[in-house]
Amino acid sequence: MSAGLIARKAGMTQIFTEQGAAVPVTVLNVEDCRVIARRTAESDGYDAVQVGFGAAKRHTSRAMQGHYAKQGQEVMGALREFRVDAGDEFELGQQLTAEMFEAGQKIDVAGTSKGHGFAGVMKRYNFAGGRASHGAEKVHRQMGSTGQCQWPGRVFKGKKMPGHYGNERVTTQNIEIVRVDADINRILVRGAVPGPRNGLVEIRPAVKGA
Amino acid sequence: MRALDAVTQDQIKADIPEFREGDSVRVNVRVVDYKDIKGGKVGKRERLQAYEGIVIARHNNGISSSFTVRKISGGIGVERIFPLHSPMVESIKVVRRGVVRRAKLYYLRNLRGKAARISERRV
Repeated sequence: MSAGLIARKAGMTQIFTEQGAAVPVTVLNVEDCRVIARRTAESDGYDAVQVGFGAAKRHTSRAMQGHYAKQGQEVMGALREFRVDAGDEFELGQQLTAEMFEAGQKIDVAGTSKGHGFAGVMKRYNFAGGRASHGAEKVHRQMGSTGQCQWPGRVFKGKKMPGHYGNERVTTQNIEIVRVDADINRILVRGAVPGPRNGLVEIRPAVKGA
Repeated sequence: MRALDAVTQDQIKADIPEFREGDSVRVNVRVVDYKDIKGGKVGKRERLQAYEGIVIARHNNGISSSFTVRKISGGIGVERIFPLHSPMVESIKVVRRGVVRRAKLYYLRNLRGKAARISERRV
């Protein structure tokens, strides 16, 4: 298992293949990605690399400053961990670039989805809602029944209801890499990726599939 | 979207002639024919197909730009939407320039024959 990258989602566009097909792509800028710390089974109970991303923010807490200093690294903007195999060699401070992936490879991309606030069931779970007319009153976007009658006499756990939607971690699996621009550290992947523009995403080799 | 223009820059065509809604154009489209050859092989042959008609709409959005060409084929109106920068669009030739006062000529869909004419623009 190789490490992953942190990237910034630049947005979506399309590119044409030689056959003339238009491929929808999401542009991911890898920017500056460096190994900050190494987790090992002996000391931490698992094997991983901690990867830093981008320029430091305006304020970094003393605790975080201490963490970077302990590893002898410069403060960076964000930290993520990627599980690796025990034998994998990583140097602290090692630069990770888009070159670790290649076009055609399948990857998983994880990010924080766009927040939708407190959303009703139509937006949140694609419920059908009610009728617009024919006597429908105040039930145009409501959820209808929540269950049965005296038996079971309760609403089942997990019933889909209105609530907070989005702003959670989402992983999109088996996304194909369309192009890797190694010189400017940019990756183009087919289709959509969780999160807003300028949101951070984690890129790792696909867990499932080839 | 501006920031992403760099990604698609090399696919943006530079040799597109200037044309607008109301103009008649001839579009050469690359068409790929597949033919079964003996032995399970598939033959591929590429040819050009011309499509000529009036441009009734243009959609400008970088690499996603497209234009719609309408023609009357066998008495039936046919509209085709071409991605402006697609490699399948081999060339575009302006046949005739027209005078129109709209950016989208969807009203032509309701007109037939003489009424659907567009007067020529002298340049």
